[in-house]
Amino acid sequence: MNTVWTLAQAGYPAALPEATLAHYLFVSAAMFVIGLIGFLTRRNLIIMFLCTELMFQAAGIALVSFSRFHMNMTGQSFVIFIVTVAAAEAAMALALVVLLFRKRESLDAEEWTELKG
Amino acid sequence: MTIFSSLSMLAATAAPKPMSPILSGPPEALLVLALPILGVILCTLCAIMRVRTRMPAFLTVGCLAAAFAITVGLYLKSGPAPVITSGFEWINLSWGDSAGENSPFHQFIANFSLYLDALTVLWMLFVTGLATLIALYASEYMSGDVGTGYCRFFAAFNLFVFSMSCLVMGDNMLMLFLGWEGVGLCSYLLIGYFYKKPSAVEAAKKAFILNRIGDLGLLMGICLTYVHFGSIEYRDIFAQAQPYIDAAKAGRYSEIPAIVQLIPVLLAVGAFGKSAQLPLYVWLPDAMEGPTPVSALIHAATMVTAGVYLVARMYPLFLLSEIALPLVGWVGALTALFAATIGMAQFDIKRIMAYSTVSQLGYMFAGLGVLTSTGAAFHVVTHAFFKALLFLSCGAIMHGFAGQLDLRKLSGLRRMKGWGIVSLGMLVGCLNLAGFPFTSGFFSKDMLIGEAFVTPGTAPIGWILLLTAGLTAYYTFRVFFRVIVGPVHYEPGDELHSAHEEHAHGDSHNEHAHGDSHNEHAHVEDDHQHHDHGHGGHFHPHAPGWAINTVLLTLSVLSLAASGLYFVPTGVHGGAVPAMVDRSSAAYQSPFAHHAIPEGAGDGGHEGPDHAAETVPSYVPTSIAMEDPHAVEHPHENAGTFLGWDPHAVLFYVSGAVGFIGIFVAYVLHYAGRTTAATARADALLPMLGPIPRWAQHKWYVDEFYNLVVRVPLLALAHTFHLIDKLLVDGLVRMFGAIPRWLGTLIRPTQSGELHGYAAGMATGIAVLLFIVFMLTLR
Repeated sequence: MNTVWTLAQAGYPAALPEATLAHYLFVSAAMFVIGLIGFLTRRNLIIMFLCTELMFQAAGIALVSFSRFHMNMTGQSFVIFIVTVAAAEAAMALALVVLLFRKRESLDAEEWTELKG
Repeated sequence: MTIFSSLSMLAATAAPKPMSPILSGPPEALLVLALPILGVILCTLCAIMRVRTRMPAFLTVGCLAAAFAITVGLYLKSGPAPVITSGFEWINLSWGDSAGENSPFHQFIANFSLYLDALTVLWMLFVTGLATLIALYASEYMSGDVGTGYCRFFAAFNLFVFSMSCLVMGDNMLMLFLGWEGVGLCSYLLIGYFYKKPSAVEAAKKAFILNRIGDLGLLMGICLTYVHFGSIEYRDIFAQAQPYIDAAKAGRYSEIPAIVQLIPVLLAVGAFGKSAQLPLYVWLPDAMEGPTPVSALIHAATMVTAGVYLVARMYPLFLLSEIALPLVGWVGALTALFAATIGMAQFDIKRIMAYSTVSQLGYMFAGLGVLTSTGAAFHVVTHAFFKALLFLSCGAIMHGFAGQLDLRKLSGLRRMKGWGIVSLGMLVGCLNLAGFPFTSGFFSKDMLIGEAFVTPGTAPIGWILLLTAGLTAYYTFRVFFRVIVGPVHYEPGDELHSAHEEHAHGDSHNEHAHGDSHNEHAHVEDDHQHHDHGHGGHFHPHAPGWAINTVLLTLSVLSLAASGLYFVPTGVHGGAVPAMVDRSSAAYQSPFAHHAIPEGAGDGGHEGPDHAAETVPSYVPTSIAMEDPHAVEHPHENAGTFLGWDPHAVLFYVSGAVGFIGIFVAYVLHYAGRTTAATARADALLPMLGPIPRWAQHKWYVDEFYNLVVRVPLLALAHTFHLIDKLLVDGLVRMFGAIPRWLGTLIRPTQSGELHGYAAGMATGIAVLLFIVFMLTLR
């Protein structure tokens, strides 16, 4: 780890205390569970898509907080990737939803079961 | 055995002085090989550049004419000794061991060099000469294919001439083999030229596969030659065979190893395959599926004589075996008779010519078998001219009548406008083939039959050949009297409307035939029958143009002029061609001893003691004839005779009479009183012969027999293997595929296709994993 900067040397504020980390993680866990439950219970494709975004960002929050806790930039840089990918994925997923809607005039996820084995 | 007793009369021959070959041959001989290759390259370039003119044909004619000119130069230069022109080193292997690097058995040399003696030059003269003429003919004949197959045709044509030159001019047996396979390949390519026609493809495959049988024999013969003599170069073989030749002349065959006696038999098998002899002849008639110029050049005049060339070239080795030459002689004689009987019953004039080719090749082999290699070579030359002429005439008819070749549907060609030269060509060719007196075919055929009676013990071959001569005259003039003369009538063939077929020249060809066609139509208007054909509309036969007519006229003149060769005063019986052969290894005597005149070999006092009672020097070696031209006319009193007469004296009359009888029978049965094309007097007589004509028309069911004996068992075997493959091999593979598929059916229902199902599954999975992690970490 010699090559990793000591962030304190670069004038960064001190690392998160453990108690504060727990709060952040609680928020992250709550967001993830809300997203999961939403994904499992709702049938509207757009809502389900938003739920996946929620889970995405929950993971992002956890990464950022751990990054700050460990004073290590890796986690934060990953989050930038996550946000980028999420943007691209959102564009594609919404386009797909539009196409699917055109086919069946419905946003119900239960309409689509063609890929059963 | 009897043939070979005659060898023994040379027992007293003084040890002949081998005439060693001259090693610095004329370098321009290599050009004879290079020019056809240049032709191949040019034709290929034409194909690449999509030339849509008759350019490839004229390039071919140019290259081949140049090759012919060089060959003529070689002929003028040729001396008595063989000459070797070195090309380049081709194969040169050596492997040393205790015997030393230079021992013949520790090296294998096959150079790309040329062995030029009179035999080579003789063959090359008619190969290049005829190839030039036939390429000119083909330039017009194939003109319907300009832009499609024209370049391909002429490229293969050139490649054939190259291969044939390799075969004939090579100085070792490997070069001969290279050419042998090369001509086989070109034959395959050109028979299958119309590759969209299933019958042509079948015929090409048949020719190629049947030739493999013969080629195996040739290859084994070459291997054995190397194994025994340690070399495959002719000069080494002939030099090393000399002691055996001396032994054979003395009748001491027991001194010759069995392996040496086996070599010529194997070579003969190769020759039988290539030259369409029994039992391998069946490919040649089918080879007529190719374009007619190909039939004329490859399957009548040149390639099929490669077998004759092989036997003639290796004649010294053939003299070493007690069975090889009798085998060659009898196979030839029986083939001649057999093919003639089939030819008598066919209706397709090109097929008739094909069977007559088989038959005439049989004559040549019979000639080799009865110790007249000179006569055989003479017949090769005369046959090359008149058979090419006949084929090209048939081709012109086929060309003009949309593929019609049935002699029952064509008649009276002579009286149609524009067909005069074709009729003349047919007449000249038929006269030659029938052995009409003083034609070249008459002299060469007569020589073969005569020598068969002269050589002791081969009189049965002579009788067979004499009978065949009569049959030949009959079936030849059957064609002439049916097609060329008689009432005018024609029906077009079935290639009228097929745009991509051989003769459907349609519009493209009419540029030089259209005018003639209209005149033709006016001329035959009174013939009401020709409108009955089912093609609708009027059919105008188009008479041949200048190229075909020029070639036919040239060949007619050459065929007639070839008889002049017989009268060239060379001192050898038979004139110019036999004199040439006599200067080569094919001479009956040992290859290098043709100037060593045995002292008194003609007086009967020198034959081996064990043969004294049974024979006398009846066959007069050509070398003696050179010394004393009268020796031929005064053979020993115990020589083979023809019913007590001297064969040389009476056979002219006998074979001439036989030919006349054949022609007369054909005249009575097929011309006299014939009023329609389809029927003749012969039809009334056929039922008297019972089923025999039908059998002969079906070629004695030989193809069917081969099917039964070879194809059916092979097919059964193939089906068996197919079944094994299907059940055993495929079964195993299918079984290994079936197990995962069965497992898949068990868990496949879990794939419901519903998004929530999958999500719930994933969530459950994560929960379970998390639970496990907690349980493990909290411990």
